[in-house]
Amino acid sequence: MAKITLSKLRHSYLPHPANIQDYALKEIDLDWQDGGAYALLGPSGCGKSTLLNIISGLLKPSSGRILFNDRDVTDLPPDQRNIAQVFQFPVIYDTMTVRENFAFPLRNRGVDEEKIASRVEQIAALLEVEDMLDIRASNLSPDNKQKVSMGRGLVREDVNVVMFDEPLTVIDPHLKWKLRSKLKELHQRVGATMIYVTHDQTEALTFADQVVVMQEGEVVQIGTPVELFERPQHVFVGHFIGSPGMNILPVTLKDGDVLFENHVMALEGPVIGSGGQLQLGIRPEFISFADQGIRGQVHKVSDVGRHSIVEVVVGSSHVKAVGAGQMPAKGDWVNLAFRQDQTRLYRDGWIATEAQA
Amino acid sequence: MKTENQKAWFFVLPVLLLVAFNALVPIMTVVNYSVQETFGNNVFFWQGVDLFEQILRSERFQAALGRQFLFTASILIIEVPLGIIIALSMPRQGIWVSVCLVMMALPMLIPWNVVGAMWNIFTLPEIGLLGYLMNNVLGITYDMTQNPFAAWVTIIVMDVWHWTSLVVLLSYAGLVSIPDAYYQAAKIDAASPWKVFRYIQLPKMKTVLTIAILLRFMDSFNIYTEPFVLTGGGPGNSTTLLSIDLVKIALGQFDLGPAAAMSLIYFAITLLVSWLFYTLMTKDDRK
Repeated sequence: MAKITLSKLRHSYLPHPANIQDYALKEIDLDWQDGGAYALLGPSGCGKSTLLNIISGLLKPSSGRILFNDRDVTDLPPDQRNIAQVFQFPVIYDTMTVRENFAFPLRNRGVDEEKIASRVEQIAALLEVEDMLDIRASNLSPDNKQKVSMGRGLVREDVNVVMFDEPLTVIDPHLKWKLRSKLKELHQRVGATMIYVTHDQTEALTFADQVVVMQEGEVVQIGTPVELFERPQHVFVGHFIGSPGMNILPVTLKDGDVLFENHVMALEGPVIGSGGQLQLGIRPEFISFADQGIRGQVHKVSDVGRHSIVEVVVGSSHVKAVGAGQMPAKGDWVNLAFRQDQTRLYRDGWIATEAQA
Repeated sequence: MKTENQKAWFFVLPVLLLVAFNALVPIMTVVNYSVQETFGNNVFFWQGVDLFEQILRSERFQAALGRQFLFTASILIIEVPLGIIIALSMPRQGIWVSVCLVMMALPMLIPWNVVGAMWNIFTLPEIGLLGYLMNNVLGITYDMTQNPFAAWVTIIVMDVWHWTSLVVLLSYAGLVSIPDAYYQAAKIDAASPWKVFRYIQLPKMKTVLTIAILLRFMDSFNIYTEPFVLTGGGPGNSTTLLSIDLVKIALGQFDLGPAAAMSLIYFAITLLVSWLFYTLMTKDDRK
């Protein structure tokens, strides 16, 4: 188990990167505590898999250092870093039985047979695959294959960190949920540092204590699931997390007032900085219908089960609101009330209001 | 809704006719010849299975069959491992991939009789490049027209030159289909290069290798043109493989009955070995 420190990491797939756009990872600094459950969340191509492969040692970064427990491992190959990695598609050794698959990493490291047998039994019990130990791994179902590839990582006692690279992609929906809760349970029982890469917010938010949101090779925000939801530091986080995402509305500044479609908006706190392009951010959950407020016409109502999403046209902007119970119908004129402590200003994408204590 | 009629058979009819004319009818003609003896004038005498017995007991057939198995075994033992080694050392990406693939495919594009003629000229003592080099420059006696061992070495090397590429190309196709994650997982599991080959590459190549070996077996077991052009079956009978012997009996001596019986035995052996091999190789997959 280890604390992981990433210091000034940069990576480019080009041999001679000329400018910042050539980098798949643009300067990453992170500190991960021993035994934590972390998620790397971001859209495809944001650099999260690159980052994962750098931590596991499959890729060598263009610059920067990786430290495990303050020990520099940047130049160590993967097998000497004591890491485990579970890939998007289950990687199993087809010709071996499940038992031989589990024993493989230990045998390669010269562990004695008695010790291997007991570890294999332990891991099989942990993953609930005891009855499959003597089946050939190629005959398993995808979710069990994924368990086997997980087991090959966990079987080593000295494992520093277990990494998951979108491990549920090929799993059937009804088994996804099962395997996900199994992962969470494993984390609690094994106690190793775990890093989970995904583009699925539900997976990230349910698995991790702390989520790192990435976009275009940069870390946009690090926080608990609640923090990411409640107070996004960047419009990207607000938009990417939540269903539907945060409303991002165009605003202008006039005589110290923030104007949205000619309405003066009340913000959570004082505005920081100046210049730049201004946007207003508020989650649909914090907009309600009232007797007074911003007037708009209902454009679309989608009933998604427990609640409805109402899209209202205000001037030339579309505003989404979420609510339960009796909802206005399409074409109705409504008044929208924005909750003040959840209404924030963003400057060039980044948050520009101070939180009220 | 399900309608039942027999219309579907009409769609199969063209294929059925084609197969009948290019396979069934010729084979049945051979079967017809194999149970009769003729001395010309279209007069036939019923022989039953006598001709089969006669062929199977003849020392000439047994010797030719032995040579045939020796030849096929030799080229398989050389071509399969060599093909795998070449495939493993070929680049997986970059401009060299297509260069390597084209170079590999070249020998297979040359017509069989040209290959035989090429190697014949190449290896002739005194005038051939290789023959001259061996005898007159290196001082090693090498004459495939006189020495049976030299003739054998030459036909085997020729076949290896001509057909190893097939094993290479099929193995290579198997290799490039292995996802990177397998190699990455192997690195993390501290697997040695041998274990990567044994537990990842070889199992993933198994299907294409089965096909490659099967094709090489059938082709080499039925080989005729190249050794016939190169050595003509000699010196003596030392490189008279089954097919060469068959042609000698059928067209040289015009013994149609024995030749037909021999063809059927030949066909049965090829079929049996191929079936056995394929069944053994795919046994695990069907479990």
